[in-house]
Order: sequence, then C-alpha cells, then structure tokens
Amino acid sequence: MMMMVMTAFSHSLPALLAQAQTSLPPPGTDYMRILPELVLSIFGMLIMVVDPLLDEENSHQSLGTIALIGTLAALASTAWMAQYPGTAFWNMVRVEGFSVFFHFLVIAIAAVVILSSFEYLKVQRIRAGEYYGLILFGTVGMCLMSSAIELVLIFIALEISSISTYVLAGFRRREASSSESSLKYFLLGSFATAFFLYGVALMFGATGSTNIDAISQALHSGGAPVPALAYVATAFMFVGLAFKVSSAPFHIWAPDVYEGAPAPIVGLMSTGPKAAAFAILLRVMFEANAPGRFWLIWVSAALTMTLGNVCALVQDNVKRLLAYSSIAHAGYLLVAFAAQPELGTSAAMFYTAAYAAMNVGAFAVVTHFANVGEKYVTLEDYAGLGRSSPVLAATFTFFLMSLIGIPITGGFFAKFYVLSAALKSDLVGLAIILVLNSAVGAYYYLRIIVMMYMREPRGEVPVTPVPVAAALAITVCVLLTLYLGVLPGRVLDYAAHSARQLVSDRAAPELSAGYHATEP
Amino acid sequence: MESLSPIILSLVTFIPAVGGLLILLIPRRDRDIKLFALVISLLAFVASLHLPVHLHRELGAFKFEIDKVWITSPNIHYHMGIDGISVWLVVLTTFLTPLCVLISWHSIHERVKEFFILLLILETALIGVFTALDLFLFYFFWEATLIPMALLIGMYGHGRKVYAAVKFFLFTMIGSMFMLAALVWLYTKTGSFDFVVIQNAIRSGSVPGFEQASLWLFLGFFIAFAVKVPLFPFHTWLPDAHVEAPTAGSVLLAGVLLKMGTYGLLRFDVGLFPAQAHRNAPWVMVLALIGIIYGALVSLVQPNMKKLIAYSSISHLGFVVLGIFSFTAAGLNGAVFIMLAHGVATGGLFMLAGILYERRHTYEISEFGGLATPMPKYATFFLVTVLASVGLPLLNGFIGEFLVLTGAFQARPIYGVLGATGVIWSACYLLWMYQRVFFGKVKHDVNNALPDLNLREKAALWPIAVAALVMGVAPLVWLGAIDPAVQAALAPFTQLASKVVGQ
Repeated sequence: MMMMVMTAFSHSLPALLAQAQTSLPPPGTDYMRILPELVLSIFGMLIMVVDPLLDEENSHQSLGTIALIGTLAALASTAWMAQYPGTAFWNMVRVEGFSVFFHFLVIAIAAVVILSSFEYLKVQRIRAGEYYGLILFGTVGMCLMSSAIELVLIFIALEISSISTYVLAGFRRREASSSESSLKYFLLGSFATAFFLYGVALMFGATGSTNIDAISQALHSGGAPVPALAYVATAFMFVGLAFKVSSAPFHIWAPDVYEGAPAPIVGLMSTGPKAAAFAILLRVMFEANAPGRFWLIWVSAALTMTLGNVCALVQDNVKRLLAYSSIAHAGYLLVAFAAQPELGTSAAMFYTAAYAAMNVGAFAVVTHFANVGEKYVTLEDYAGLGRSSPVLAATFTFFLMSLIGIPITGGFFAKFYVLSAALKSDLVGLAIILVLNSAVGAYYYLRIIVMMYMREPRGEVPVTPVPVAAALAITVCVLLTLYLGVLPGRVLDYAAHSARQLVSDRAAPELSAGYHATEP
Repeated sequence: MESLSPIILSLVTFIPAVGGLLILLIPRRDRDIKLFALVISLLAFVASLHLPVHLHRELGAFKFEIDKVWITSPNIHYHMGIDGISVWLVVLTTFLTPLCVLISWHSIHERVKEFFILLLILETALIGVFTALDLFLFYFFWEATLIPMALLIGMYGHGRKVYAAVKFFLFTMIGSMFMLAALVWLYTKTGSFDFVVIQNAIRSGSVPGFEQASLWLFLGFFIAFAVKVPLFPFHTWLPDAHVEAPTAGSVLLAGVLLKMGTYGLLRFDVGLFPAQAHRNAPWVMVLALIGIIYGALVSLVQPNMKKLIAYSSISHLGFVVLGIFSFTAAGLNGAVFIMLAHGVATGGLFMLAGILYERRHTYEISEFGGLATPMPKYATFFLVTVLASVGLPLLNGFIGEFLVLTGAFQARPIYGVLGATGVIWSACYLLWMYQRVFFGKVKHDVNNALPDLNLREKAALWPIAVAALVMGVAPLVWLGAIDPAVQAALAPFTQLASKVVGQ
C-alpha cells in the first residue's frame, strides 16, 4: 500500500508544488475556511494534553465536557466559516453551501455521539482520553472530506477519518469481538483506500490533474472522447468509496464491525464517515462529472438495497440488524446518485441528514440499553421494554418508524425525496426496487417493535434510568427527526440551493454512458 | 355558526389526538383515564355532528375546506374538505369510538393508559383519512392508522396476536408502498399533491405521459385499497386480525378501517382514473363477486363466532366494491350506504361477540346454545343486529344491498344475479349462527349463570340498535347528502358512456 501512496504522490505532487510555488502565502481568510477543522484539532490536542493530568476514575466527565465544548465551538465556527465562501490553499478546499451543510452534519453527529458516550464509557470502563480525542480528530477528517476539492487532500482526509474509526472500533479492549472488528475494519478499509488511491492516480493519468474542477473540464470540454482510462479510474474510485459507505458488493465488513465496535461508535461510524464519504462521492460523481457512473451506481444501488434488507430479515442481534439496515439505507441513498445531478444531490444531502438523526438516536438507545460489556443486544433482550421502560421504548419505536419511513418522520421525507428524484429522472426500475425494498424493510424493524410491546419482559434484563447526557442526546435526535419530518422545507431548500451551486454549469446529465459495470 | 366552518374539520380531526396526548398527563388511575377518553370521544362526536347539519348539498363541491401551505417544497398543503360521502364516514368514526371506549371498560385490565391513547390517536388518523384532500396528507393519515391499530392488536389481543398484528401491518404497508410510488409519480408530473388540482390536470389532459402510465397508476392505488377492503385475494390478513384483536380494535377495524379501502377506491382510484376504472371494471367486479360468495361460504362453516363475522365482512365489502364499479347512480349510492350500514351492524356484532367473550372467554359457537334463556336482553340486541346485517327491510342493511344489486343489474344482469345470492348466503350463516347460539336448551351448565347486559353494555348497544333502525326507516337523510356527491363522481362516466354510444 505504501508503494501505491508513493506512486500517487509522485504523480500529483509536482502539480501541487507548481501550484503552491506560483501563489503567495495563503491569506488569512484561508484559515477562516478551515476554521472548524482547526477548532476541532485544537480541542482534540487539548484533550490529549489534559488527559494525563486527570485521575482516570474521574476523567470521563471532564474530558467529555471538553470534547462537547469542542464540537459546539466547531459548530459555531462553521457558521462563521459560512461567511467566507470561496476556495482556499491553492484550490484545495472550497467553502460553499455543500461543504457547510456537511460540516454542520458531521460535527453535530460527533456532538450527539459524545453526549451518548458519557455514561457508556463509565459503564464499560473505557479510557476517555483517546476516545474523545479520536472522535474529534476523526471529525476533522470528515469535515475536510466534505470541503476538499483536490483528490489528494480528499484521500488524506479520508485516511484521517478512517484511521480514527479503525481505532475507535477496537475500544472494547476486553472483548475479542471488538478487536476482531477493529482489525477487520482496518485491513479491509486499507485495501479499499488503496483502490481509491489507484483510481486517483489513474484519473490523474487520464486528465493530468487531481483537482475536481480541472478534471471535470478536462473530461467534458472540447469534443474529444473521454479516455478509457477515466472510466477505469471512476470505477476504482467508486470501489474505494463504496466500501466506505458499505454498499454492495463491498458491504461484507459492516455487520461484523458494527457488532464488535462500541455501540456509540457504531452510531458514529454508520452516519458520520458515511455522510462524508457520500459527500466525496457526490463531488467525484457530480462535480467532477465522472464518466460511466450510471450503470455502476444503478447496479450497486439495486444490489445494496436488496442484500441489506434481505440479510437484515434474519438477524437476532440488534446491532447486526441495524448494520444491515444501514447497508440498506446506503442503497436507498445511492438511488439518488443515479438521478439527475441537481435533484440527486439535494435528495442525497437531505437523506444523509435525516438518516444521521434517526440512526444516531437509535444507537443512543441501544447504547444505553446494552449495559455492562454490551450484554443485552439481542432481540430477545428487548422483550417487554415497552412495559419496563415505556419512554425509552417509545423513542426507539419512533426512530424505527423513521427508519421504516412512516410519515411525519425525517426518514419518510428522505425516502420520499429520493423516490421523487428517481422518478423525475425516469428511473422507474430503480424506484420500484426501492419501493419493494422499503416494504421488506418494514418487517425487521417491526420485529423490534413487536418484541418491545408484545412480548413479556424477561426478568433478568436490568433497566436503568436514562442519565441526563444520554437523555439529552436522544431528545436532540427525536426533535431533529421530527423537525425533518414535519417541516423539511428549510433543510431541503438549503440542500437544493447548495446542490445547484455544486453542479451549476455541469448539469448535463450523463444517463447513457456506454460503460456497463462488471463485477470488480 | 358559519364562523366555525374553516376550523371545524381540524377540530373534529384533532380533538381525539389532543385528548390522547392529554391522557399522558393523567396519573395512572384507570377510572379517570376511561372517563376522560369517553368525554373526549363524545366531544368529537358532538363536534362532528356540526358537519352533516351544515353541509350544503350542492353538486360535487367540497365543504368546510381549509387549504394552508404546509411544506413549500415539495408542494404539500394542509388541505381538508368533505363532501356528502366522506361526511358520513367521519360521523361513523366518531359515532363508533365512544362505543368502543364503553365496550373496553372492563375488558382492558392492564396498560389501560396506553390503550386509550392508541384508540384516540387511531380515531384522529381515521377521520384524517376521510377529510384529507391533499394526497400527501391522505397518505400520512393512511399510514398513521397502521401503527396504533397494529399495536392495539398486538398488545391487547388474544391468541396469536403478534402474528396477526405483524401480518396486518405488512399487508397494508406493502400495499400502500405501491400507492406511494403512484402518488410520487403524479406529483413529479403535476407538481401538486392537491386532489382537486391533480384531478383537473388529468381531466384536461395536461399531464405528460399519463396515457401510458395510467394503468399502472390505477393499479398502484388499487392494490393499496384492495388490500384494505379487503378484496379477494388480498383478504387473508383480515380473519387473523379480527379474531385476535381486542373488541374495540375489531369494531374500528370492521367499522371504519375497511371503509378506508372502499372510500379510497371511490374517491381516488375512480376519481382520478375514471377511464382506467371503467376499463378494468369487469375483472374488479368479478373479484368482488368472488369475495361476496367466497366470504359467505367460508362464514357458513366457521366454528368461531368472531371469525364468522370477520368473513361476513369480506362478503359485505364485496357488495360495496361491486356497487362502486357498476358506475351507476344506484350502485354508488348503495355502496356508500352499505359502508355506513356495515359499520354500524358489524361493529355491533363485534361488540356483542366481545361481551360474550368477557363472560366466557371463548368465541366457539359450540360452547354456547340456548343463551336466550339466561340472557334475554342480550339475545334481543343480537337479533336486531343480525337482522340488520342480513338485510331485513326496515333495517339499514337492506337499503344498501338493494341499491347495489339494482346497480349491478343495470351494469350486467349476471353480476346482479350472482350478487343476489350473497344476500341469501348471509341470511344462512348469520341466522344459523344465531340459532345455534341462542335457541334450544342451554347445552353447557356454565351458561345458565351468565349475567345479562349491564347498564354500560346497554349504553353501548342502544345507539347501534337505534342507528340500524333509523337508517333503515329514513335512509333519505343519508342518501340526500350522498347522492349529489355520487353524481359528481359519476360525471366523467356519463361522458365516457356517451363517448361509447357516440362511436
């Protein structure tokens, strides 16, 4: 893999250097455009510095608070950053509606996950320092992923976020399954990143640039035919990113990793890095207008939805079940990628937001319920929760309803926008597959609801009162899911606006590319 | 009173849900909760009476309309309104819910709070289905009925309740997915979810690609509604759901939920796609006839009283579909009237079966016999309800069936002939059941000691009996409002017919 890194750099570095040399040192406003990343990094380092000074027993609360303040500060600085639209650092980073949207999203996800971790770390006896530090650093990577418009920087950002999550997945040190999860994630993840890098290298070979805009111009200006290499490059990059968003046939890792990783981290992994990877995918596919993407995405979307839902039907472990559900949702999201660029982008953006709200919430409930050593994560353990803990069960039901896609929840509108984007783009086949899959999906979410309300509780499962932090996290998720379900207008308008920016003057939909996907 | 018009529909729709949420605040004293639920549901009933009283009977116009922008993108409106068809379904819902509260007074022992919350939320969702004129809003209420009903069956039912609840949920959910797809298609082409706007767009032929897609759109809506009706062969969820549901659940399920399907067929499937409806009418009517006869025959052999009533619903709802797709004024009037009559009569039958279940904890017909001796009042109420359901003249079942059969004869005589056998069958299975349960000697000694109706049960049953009689004696009160709406719904068909004649 190192070899590959080297080769990629040796190709693209000269171009970068040439850019850097011809420009002046970056002006101060450039730093404003990466302000959230800076804030998060500083707080991450602060945690690392403070950690050794604190008594390990009591550090959970204070470190968590620092991390939370860090994310809140980063949210504020994102609002600040939004006032400085434009590119920075020699065209490497761009602040626009699109990147601001994803900044808000991933930082908010991190904040809620940190909140829901307060109790968890104490109960599971996990050291807080590295844990919160890594979440913040990982968030830096995710933020950069959404604003980078330079493939090399995208790669670096991807690695920052991935390496943090590899480590976070293994934080339940005493459990073999957690180590397995971490190792599996790391090995397969590195492999996938190598694919992405290879794709970057080939794209550089085909177009002579690693800048998204330059690639788009090189591919679609003049009447020259698109070089075959660019098709291969698209396919490779897609493979790398498809792994990150766990879309079929690169989804095999997800259930094992989700099962072993700490529950709040699964909440993070299944939403944050995924949203950021979708952001990259949107950039690569739509902003760079990658050639030959249509069938690639079509097949992957259809496969992902179907496999995710069908496999979820037979799961007995709630974490695994939600893992497959997250695969299925990645499939629904991919449908948007096959649609017309503008419609697809806004639908996908809304979907990532809605999915984040409901899934982080669902995992916050699972986190609280799992108890010491994550003992209670099977479906059987949820029996009678509706009786023993009505509020918790009701909120979980709400999240599950959103995942099913029942109206007045964010999940419904998310699915709705994807469906209408697909139908407006005349993707009737994909739309039908989506509809059928949602129907299948209803069944396994319903199994959990049935367990909670229609089975007698098993005596031995303890139900502890929800602590303040977790309650706050869950409340935030409920409110956001409800907000997106009742008044989706504002978020959607924002997404539509930034989608228009992103794909402006490249709007030519490329629906009939001659490239047909073959199984890689 | 006119000042009430813009908000009355929202009021009627949301009084129960708000009341349901208020129950959350009441401490867990069961008696208070029950009383409060009863008051709320009665309040909704009284408020809903405003609707038929002030409904101006003009041709095909929606009344009490309220149209506010809810979400700008997509273009979703909070658009509600009723006409002569939906107004009675709203009243039927508000009429049955207080009775459901009464009938559940003692049969629900645990998780009482949740039960009444679910019941009241369900009522709001049901009323919403009948009042929504924005297709999106309609879909929202449609789906919203699903969860409370499934929970009512799954949490408070008996026997294989979980199986029944899941089956009910999945059948409806899968069906409505097709409707969602069709609905989104319509939205993408017309830019609106408004029923009236879409209807006008289709009629004026300004929807691109409509000709090619109309069959699929028709089918998309049709599947969702046919599952709900339930039309043969989508009916298999119904017996399970009915038998396992708690009494109140069965009453609302048979009384109102099934009408969502027939109402949907009439309002949306036929209303939006008249040409396709006309083209597909023959096989739909055949399915309806199969439902009528099949449902009746299966009822005949049921040893379980509740299952018998459940299958009889399939048979009766077959009449409704037959009437709708006959596209005659008589047929449609009759169909709407049967919806109401069946809601009252079958709702009553389920309540009666529930009363018996509270005493004996079984629905098996063979467990009873000779009940007329220990429970004469109960037997009388049962007889009235059975006769109403059978379609005895002067009770409400007769009018609807008569009109539907008239319509079916007009459409094609053989349909009328086959449909008419359903009336005979229903007399067979219901009266035979009545005979086995009530007449003769008391077969089991336990039944000798069964107490007759108490005051609360009588309070729940009297309205049913009175409604059955009044609707049978003075059907014009209802039909007077239904007919203009039906005529409006039929307008495109007279054009279609004249086209055919013209050719």
